[in-house]
Formats: sequence, C-alpha cells, structure tokens
Amino acid sequence: MREIYTYRGGPGMIAWALHRLAGLGVILFLALHIFDIFLMQFGPETFNQLLFLYKHPLFRLMEIFLLFGLLYHALNGLRVILLDLFPATARFQVQLWYVQMVIFAAAFIPLAVLMGIPIVRELFAV
Amino acid sequence: MATRMISRRGVPVQPRSRFELYAWLFMRISGLVLIFMAVFHFLYMHFYLQVDHIDFNVIASRWQNPLWRLYDFLLLVFGFTHGMNGARVVAEDYVPRMARRGVVAILVLVYLVFVFMGAWIIFTFRTP
Repeated sequence: MREIYTYRGGPGMIAWALHRLAGLGVILFLALHIFDIFLMQFGPETFNQLLFLYKHPLFRLMEIFLLFGLLYHALNGLRVILLDLFPATARFQVQLWYVQMVIFAAAFIPLAVLMGIPIVRELFAV
Repeated sequence: MATRMISRRGVPVQPRSRFELYAWLFMRISGLVLIFMAVFHFLYMHFYLQVDHIDFNVIASRWQNPLWRLYDFLLLVFGFTHGMNGARVVAEDYVPRMARRGVVAILVLVYLVFVFMGAWIIFTFRTP
C-alpha cells in the first residue's frame, strides 16, 4: 500500500490508484450480486426476504458509490486503452484525465442526485 | 499498461509464457465490452426497472426471455473474469512473495465457484 503515496505522485498516480480502488469496489459488489442472484434458487419467499438489504438507505447510498466506481473505472479504462493503442497520446495523458473527469462529473453528478433524492426523502420523510 | 520487460543490459526479456500478454489483451477487449454492457445493466436495472420494484417476479419474468439470460451470462463471464483478473494483478503487486501463490490460488477458486453459481442459476432457473 505504501506505493500509493510514496510513488512519484501527480494526477497520473491519483488516476491509477482510483482506478484500482474503483475496480476492487466493483468486484466486491459483483461477488455479493452473484451470491444474491444465486438465491433465486430457493424461491420467492427466501429471495424477497433478502431484498430488504437492497432497500436499506445505507445500501442505496452504497449504490451511488457503485455508480461512481463503475463510471470512473469505465472512463479511465477507456483512457488507458487509448494510451496503449496510441502511445504518442501519453504526452497529453494528464490533460486527457482532466477531460475524462469533466465527462465523468457531467454523467455522475446528475445521476447521483437522482439516486440520492429518494434516500433523503426516506430518511427525513419529506 | 503496455510495458516491455527490459533486462539490465537493455535487452528485452522473453517471458516464459504468453499468459500475461493474453491477460492484458483480454482486459482491453472485455473492458470495452463492459463499458457498454455493465453501464447499461446498471442504468436499466436502477432507473428503468427501479431497484425498489425489483423482486423475485421481476427477475423471473425477465428471464422468460432467453436473450436476457444470454445477456446476464455474458455480463457474468466478462465482468467477473475482468474483475478477478484485476484483483489478481493487484494481489501480485502487494501480497508478500511467500503468500502470493496461495492468495492467487484462493482467487482462482473463488472465481470458479462464483462463475459456476451465477451460470447455474441463469441456466437452470425455471419460473415456478
């Protein structure tokens, strides 16, 4: 873990560390998701009982983090593929990351707000 | 990222197997596929079907269409293979050398069990 903050640093480093963190977050969720869908095996009663987890406000908040991880990993992965296919673009990799983050914000913020409104409504009964 | 292994004398090192090359290629190809498939799946399930409305019956009726089963299966295989290979790469970076092979073996085992569980339910599920 020490490499994360002792490596040369800079935006490229943050982009890379976030990529890994986001990827690990998504894979953890995916494992849980495969497990819960496997429970379809045991019929509607068992399966529906366990869905309370997904309806819990805390879990719905986590879902916003999932979208964050998914979108960030997708866009940053696209940038990595671009850099791999066209090594000349490496000169602009930091600028590319800024462009990527603008696209990310434009997609993530509205969706996160849409997802957040029902949670706030439920928690504060407004 | 595309790095070529260079020995101290500056001669490219020929790796013992091509596994890492194919793993690298797979991450790029599956990554491109997943950008569409995984993001669509998330948006479709969350905003179109809506999480608080999803239950056993919603999934059962969705699986009456074999194309959704195929979609879910492809998403399972691409997504989980991509993710677990990524976890392996991270583990190889941080796990101490002596524990590395054990950790990778556990990841492979978890990978096989979960892909089997997912594929099992996708293909054997019958609407009651």
